[in-house]
Amino acid sequence: MRLNLTVNGRPHQADEAWEGESLLHVLRERLGLPGSKNACEQGECGSCTVYLDDVPVCSCMVAAGQAQGRAVRTVEGLADGDRLDAVQQSFVDSGAVQCGFCTPGLLVQAHDLIERNPEPTDAEIRESLAGNLCRCTGYEKIMDAVRLAAQRKAVS
Amino acid sequence: MSAHVNAPSRAPQDLSESITGGVGESPSRPDGNLKVRGDYAYSSDLWAEDMLWGATLRSPHPYARIAGIDVGQALAYPGVYAVLTHEDVPGDNRYGLKIVDQPVLAEDVVRFRGEAVALVAADHPETARRAVELIAVDYEVLDPVTDPKRAAHDGTLPKLHPESGRENNLVRYQPVVRGRQDVSADVVVSGTYTLGMQDQAFLGPESGLAIPAEDGGVELYLSTQDLHSDRKQTARALGLPPDKVRLTMSGVGGAFGGREDLSIQAHVCMLAMHTGKPVKMMYDREESFYGHVHRHPAEMYFEHGATREGKLVYLKARMYFDGGAYASKTPVVVGNATTLGTGPYEVPNVDIAGWGVYTNNPPCGAMRGLGAVQPAFAYEAQMDKLASALDMDPVELRQRNAVDQGSVLHTGQKLDYPAPVGELIERARNLPMPPERDPAAEPDIRDLPGGAANTTHGEDVARGVGYAAIIKNVSYAEGADDYSTARVSLQAVGGEAVAMVHTAAAEVGQGLVTVQQQIARTELGVERVNIHPNDTSVGDSGSSSASRQTYITGGAVKTACEAVRETLFERATARLGHAVPDLTIVDGKLVSDSHGVLADVVDILGDEVIECTREYHHRPTYPLDPETGQSELVHVQHAFSVHRAVVDVDTQLGLVKVVALDCVQDVGKSVNPDAIVGQIQGGAVQGMGLAVMEEIQVSDGLIRNPSFTDYLIPTILDTPPMKVDIIERGDPHAPYGVRGVGEPPTISAGPAVLAAIRAATGLDLTHAPAGPEHITGTAH
Ligand code: FES
Ligand code: FES
Repeated sequence: MRLNLTVNGRPHQADEAWEGESLLHVLRERLGLPGSKNACEQGECGSCTVYLDDVPVCSCMVAAGQAQGRAVRTVEGLADGDRLDAVQQSFVDSGAVQCGFCTPGLLVQAHDLIERNPEPTDAEIRESLAGNLCRCTGYEKIMDAVRLAAQRKAVS
Repeated sequence: MSAHVNAPSRAPQDLSESITGGVGESPSRPDGNLKVRGDYAYSSDLWAEDMLWGATLRSPHPYARIAGIDVGQALAYPGVYAVLTHEDVPGDNRYGLKIVDQPVLAEDVVRFRGEAVALVAADHPETARRAVELIAVDYEVLDPVTDPKRAAHDGTLPKLHPESGRENNLVRYQPVVRGRQDVSADVVVSGTYTLGMQDQAFLGPESGLAIPAEDGGVELYLSTQDLHSDRKQTARALGLPPDKVRLTMSGVGGAFGGREDLSIQAHVCMLAMHTGKPVKMMYDREESFYGHVHRHPAEMYFEHGATREGKLVYLKARMYFDGGAYASKTPVVVGNATTLGTGPYEVPNVDIAGWGVYTNNPPCGAMRGLGAVQPAFAYEAQMDKLASALDMDPVELRQRNAVDQGSVLHTGQKLDYPAPVGELIERARNLPMPPERDPAAEPDIRDLPGGAANTTHGEDVARGVGYAAIIKNVSYAEGADDYSTARVSLQAVGGEAVAMVHTAAAEVGQGLVTVQQQIARTELGVERVNIHPNDTSVGDSGSSSASRQTYITGGAVKTACEAVRETLFERATARLGHAVPDLTIVDGKLVSDSHGVLADVVDILGDEVIECTREYHHRPTYPLDPETGQSELVHVQHAFSVHRAVVDVDTQLGLVKVVALDCVQDVGKSVNPDAIVGQIQGGAVQGMGLAVMEEIQVSDGLIRNPSFTDYLIPTILDTPPMKVDIIERGDPHAPYGVRGVGEPPTISAGPAVLAAIRAATGLDLTHAPAGPEHITGTAH
């Protein structure tokens, strides 16, 4: 199967993709974009979260064919060149990153939350990140990071 | 960058971001930017031109004899390059951390469901998986040994490891006895407590890439907790001298003990050497449940006697640990559990015994809090039970019996460093409480048990508060020569003094890279410190486990920096033509109190590199007497934490909402306060998971829930805000006075949560995790 899609604003083509391959597999193994992570490939952990046409999805649960002709934005596409997005910078500054395996998915999910809801309450942050598992941090510093990112985005 | 000729793309990165901050500050992680950009190279991201994919055939039976293996069909499948069985293991077909008892690939018998039987290398992961299914194994299924107590004592059961020479299916038996054995007490409480099997559930799957080397050796890029231990075991299996097996750490997606044993290491190297091509292996989540060890489930009988005033008189304890099919860390679990089984309390008369056994259940080994988590659930439940029998405040009871510096533990070891348990308990009690629920106000259902499932609006919800105080040993014990190696260099680069720290100590997310930089900055007075990727071209650092790396590898980095500094001072003295007392380095300049600024470090260095490699060994520990468990110093250090949990329980449905989970911990010296808070909060949530939801369901030797759909770990919705109160009572024997941090909170959080649920419900709750079925009394 030949797959055409836009990733992080650039057109990409994957030749010889298998029928059963997930979008996650295509990104990681065929397009050289391993930033999105593969902690479960069962739709349970959120580490593979990417934007598919502006909606966050678990890319491990999207068949490659479903992404035909569509726009994908991954963690690699959040920063503006050298300038980190406020969500990324806040994760670093708040100590919300330990092993970092959950981080790419959390960043996309949190980025989307703040786009939709610039001043989320704690309960709203928890609700929106409930599909993203983190085994290292206990989530407290992730809460700090999202609050900080919302503040920073509000003033910028 | 380490210059491997055939390094994979996305090879491990030098960490050279310029960050400032020494010991005691909280600089951010040098790998933080890479991680938030998605650019950090995890072992699952590795890729090499022309690489193959490996896959593993695993036993579907917990116990069976292998009558034959036919690889013909698999080998004929298009795209398949190799199918290997035990006959293809080039070296010794055995490995193991403490006892070398596990086959690299099963020979005539499989001892657990999931045991590796054969390997495939193919051009696509799916091809490899399909080929695995085409391997025909002729099994004669046997009756599995699944009851750990019977495994210890029943001589009629099959012996799973007859070569062990030990009785029945015993891996280790250890008693610890002290004081009188014929004592009675005013008040006696007892109970039998059980613990389910917990999974480390690190998010980064087991993975690695092996590249055959021209000298007949192999380069292995992987995620692990201990490069040198992996190398030793892998080289043995490959029949190669260790220097032909070169390991480089790739990004590690969490570990928590689950990466101490081999998983892909020997397998992927075998495939690479056999095919002559780079081979990548990566487990999916289900295979990960079979591919690594878990926390030992336990059954523990505890009996405490106390005076009417609430002073402990005696403790009798019997503990059984199911090690599963292979020994892994079972001997250490028995050692830790029996030597820490009193908890952080003085007990004059002690009779503890622990058994670790082989069964046909999944193998168990290291997980955060190794061997200290299990007894903590028992002794802390007992402390509450005793308090209630004495009609005494449980906090008061704990304080009355808490150890302190100078206390002698039941092993005979005297605590010759601060042990501020009473203070920790007092501080925990004094932490602010979360607000009470206002019964009149309309509740936000998201704050209640059941949350958005909308199962209650506050009716039948009861609140409870529970405390737990715990003790953990830090570092390797029982006479192990525990050490780490660090290579530190200093040179002038572009007019600035730059240090490089090189160790094999695994960065698994805990922040060791940050700590190493902080130590180098503090000791060398320079700002720029690069971290070389971890690999086996430098000496052994031991494992990132047992809360030991800041202490041991921190000690090695400090010692190597001191040597570099000495050399620099010698050169400065030679250059200046006279000795200067009290020399120090500040902001890249040599300074003395008496002479002011003497020279720039870069000028002293010139074109030369000063490089020093040093080992740091902690003071010797001693084995336990096999009959009495006595030892003058079995553990080099103990660490202590106290948790206070507040829970709301829907008593009708058995649903629990943890409202607060606050911790007080002595860290000796707070090297990086923010990172320590992160360790404590993350550790606490793993302990909470074990208390309320995490259990690998095993029946008849089979794992029933090998997925994140059925094995639940806490989400952000399950997790409460967590206050952390850190105190620093330095250990004079440790570098900077540090005390291990990572494990204690995992140990104290769970028993505190269970205590809070008991307080809310009035139930006994003797099993962890306590699920709805236990709270509503519907468990069978
Ligand atoms: S990898 Fe997609 S949800 Fe876990
Ligand atoms: S930082 Fe390791 S899983 Fe979240």
